[in-house]
Amino acid sequence: MYDFAYHKPSSVSDAVAALQGAEDGTVIAGGMTLIPTMKQRLAQPSDLIDLSGIGDLKGISVSGGTVTIGAMTTHAAVANSPDVQKAIPALAHLAGHIGDAQVRNRGTIGGSIANNDPTACYPSACLALGATIKTDSREIPAEEFFDGMFSTALEEGEMVVAVSFPVPEKAAYIKFPNPASRYALVGVFVAKTADGVRVAVTGAGEGGVYRASELEGPLSSNFSADAIKDVKLSADGLNSDIHASSAYRAHLVGVMARRAVEAANA
Amino acid sequence: MPTVSMTVNGKKVSGEVEGRTLLVQFLRENLRLTGTHVGCDTSQCGACVVHLNGDSVKSCTMLAAQADGAEVTTIEGLADGETLHPMQEAFREHHGLQCGFCTPGMVMSAVDLVKKNPKASEAEIREWLEGNICRCTGYHNIVKAIQHAQTTMSA
Ligand SMILES: Cc1cc2nc3c(=O)[nH]c(=O)nc-3n(C[C@H](O)[C@H](O)[C@H](O)COP(=O)(O)OP(=O)(O)OC[C@H]3O[C@@H](n4cnc5c(N)ncnc54)[C@H](O)[C@@H]3O)c2cc1C
Ligand code: FES
Ligand code: FES
Repeated sequence: MYDFAYHKPSSVSDAVAALQGAEDGTVIAGGMTLIPTMKQRLAQPSDLIDLSGIGDLKGISVSGGTVTIGAMTTHAAVANSPDVQKAIPALAHLAGHIGDAQVRNRGTIGGSIANNDPTACYPSACLALGATIKTDSREIPAEEFFDGMFSTALEEGEMVVAVSFPVPEKAAYIKFPNPASRYALVGVFVAKTADGVRVAVTGAGEGGVYRASELEGPLSSNFSADAIKDVKLSADGLNSDIHASSAYRAHLVGVMARRAVEAANA
Repeated sequence: MPTVSMTVNGKKVSGEVEGRTLLVQFLRENLRLTGTHVGCDTSQCGACVVHLNGDSVKSCTMLAAQADGAEVTTIEGLADGETLHPMQEAFREHHGLQCGFCTPGMVMSAVDLVKKNPKASEAEIREWLEGNICRCTGYHNIVKAIQHAQTTMSA
């Protein structure tokens, strides 16, 4: 790892100033992705801005049918939050099955979505629930936030501050974990909301997380696993790698989606 | 060079580090606490697990600077003089180790589990150990040791 200047601001505005003042600055949240990336010298920032000293970025609040989670809230805090467990149990379940206990104690929701790993879990929850991503300067609907693998709508120097999730009628997330990394080989988040059913798939698509409209249609008229048992999903645009072929991933999307619908109805 | 200060195993310590100095390097090289191991250095194996403000974390994937002001406990901080911590005693008693390389991380991870979920089922114990890899024991006796410590830690 190359050396860098380390900063620990105590407010969002100081962090943004530090970021904009740096030659090639990067923010660090839990470091679960960034530190390994820097060790491999795939990232070599001149300045590292640690967000852990900013109290405003931590915490969970529920009001008026919306769950809002601060960017620096850890996966463990989301998983163990009685508020999240009550309002959106699927989200607590998702957070509680990311990686392992030690990753969950450090990794954050802000880091996960800013990174937009094509196999990460949270992006599917954001897309299926119709979340809004709040940054230091604006609000971005999840639909516009995730744009391709490891790519988001965040501008240079822009920071995620919080994520707001509308509470669905029902939801569930089921993943087929890669047995080594626990990332999603395929993960499917289904949500039944006032505006219909939304199904988001992570781990499978070449362009990262996406909505499976072939499944949303039938589920909107009949929210049961049976409604999608005969849907043939195309392998076009799905990843093929040493872990799974695109055809196998297409098959898994159907299986995970049916299990998720069953779990949501349980 | 930043100076970091933290409490390690109940003792206040401080030292000069580079921004890039990892917490595990600070523990092993500055403080000479070599009980915390580095197995993979890529946040997979859990040999480097320590407690940070009461939570288990992988010290190979954290900067020393990020631990500034924190309370850190390493494997060296568990025993009370010559008396092993109940979790260490349980690993000894139940042959929860062979080569011992993974053991410091296993023990630190297990102590965190039993504190947070004293009645964890066997399945929950196995799931909790997801981030701790052992190449010798096959995990069976590790799980038994933790189950034993569930009774002795609450006693
Ligand atoms: C062994 C292991 C297993 C894992 N398994 C899973 C899994 O099963 N599912 C899963 O979803 N993830 C998994 N992860 C990833 C984990 O969830 C990480 O916590 C997450 O991807 C990154 O979060 P972080 O807080 O550690 O971010 P960091 O590593 O600190 O940062 C990641 C990136 O996001 C940027 N960033 C961070 N915070 C912000 C912000 N507020 N605004 C703008 N940019 C920001 C950083 O600059 C950096 O580029 C795993 C990781 C490991 C090491
Ligand atoms: S050395 Fe830290 S996880 Fe392997
Ligand atoms: S006892 Fe040898 S690696 Fe676990």
